[in-house]
Amino acid sequence: MSRLPGRQRTLSEPTTTAPAETDRLTLGDRAFGSRLIIGTGKYDSPKTMAEALEASGAEIITVAVRRVDLDASKEESLLHWLDPDRVLILPNTAGCYTAEEAIRVARLGRAAGLSDFVKLEVIGDEKTLYPDVVELLEATETLAREGFTVLPYTSDDPVVARRLQEAGAAAVMPLASPIGSGLGLVDPLGIGFIMDAVSVPVIVDAGVGTASDAAATMELGVDGILMNTAIAKAKDPIRMAQAMQLAVRAGRLAFEAGRMAKRGYAVPSSPMEGRVGD
Amino acid sequence: MTGRTTSARAPEAFEIVANGEPRRALRGMTVAGFLAAHDLDPDLVVVERNGEILRRAALETVALEPGDALEIVHFVGGG
Repeated sequence: MSRLPGRQRTLSEPTTTAPAETDRLTLGDRAFGSRLIIGTGKYDSPKTMAEALEASGAEIITVAVRRVDLDASKEESLLHWLDPDRVLILPNTAGCYTAEEAIRVARLGRAAGLSDFVKLEVIGDEKTLYPDVVELLEATETLAREGFTVLPYTSDDPVVARRLQEAGAAAVMPLASPIGSGLGLVDPLGIGFIMDAVSVPVIVDAGVGTASDAAATMELGVDGILMNTAIAKAKDPIRMAQAMQLAVRAGRLAFEAGRMAKRGYAVPSSPMEGRVGD
Repeated sequence: MTGRTTSARAPEAFEIVANGEPRRALRGMTVAGFLAAHDLDPDLVVVERNGEILRRAALETVALEPGDALEIVHFVGGG
């Protein structure tokens, strides 16, 4: 069994099986057929969200934990639109600024009784929404000790990633670019360093803007991508969700296939011998 | 039930804090009763009382007391 399910995996033989059936993303004690994780925020309606989820093929979907509105008349629950038997509902700790807050929210999320997974977010800066990695480490350590499968959103720093792994993180989730920015992968070097630094899965979380960003990110060999705004705020979220499913799979396949070497000049694709008139 | 012991017990109606706001509760009202009074499905929320998360089974048995602080949360859209 490889310790690096993503990076050391090789395709033993050409296969006619669809990649989704053979290529699994393992997080904690669970394996998933899709390497795409999507969020439920910012959709115009829960119906659109549910249709986008279907089109994306994602098997993990993030949700936020918030106070109910005690004065609202019978709010429709988000859970009416999500089937916990088909997708892992992944509570996040978005909006938390300290380890203490994040731990409290993670415990509340787990008490819903759906899983021990948490997408751990501890924000340190409002403008960039960059993580406070000191608080993040503390929260990771505490929650991992409590049996959570901790998936921390982190910066593109290999030293921090290694510390998170040591603290018990089940994966590390570095940002591609700021949350909600759609700027795509701005630091492929940093992501590469992280892949070398840790043995747990690397999931790029935040910043992907469109399908080519997703494919290019997967081509680096990361284990998965988490995105929300790129789908929710596309003009047609359902089509974009499908595009992201294909892009993530295409990028993964291209990584596994291994790209050709780049050259500075042209090399003909057709033979030079036997040309007509030679 | 006797008048003699009421001085040591919660008044008929009293104030608690739910999600940061003052709310009325009635003596003997369980957390489940409070949720029902606010049209909330206990299967779709998680309740923390005075800093401690209540298991679903406890919602029916734990009675509110004056000054209790409740956090009642649920899942909403997020990334």
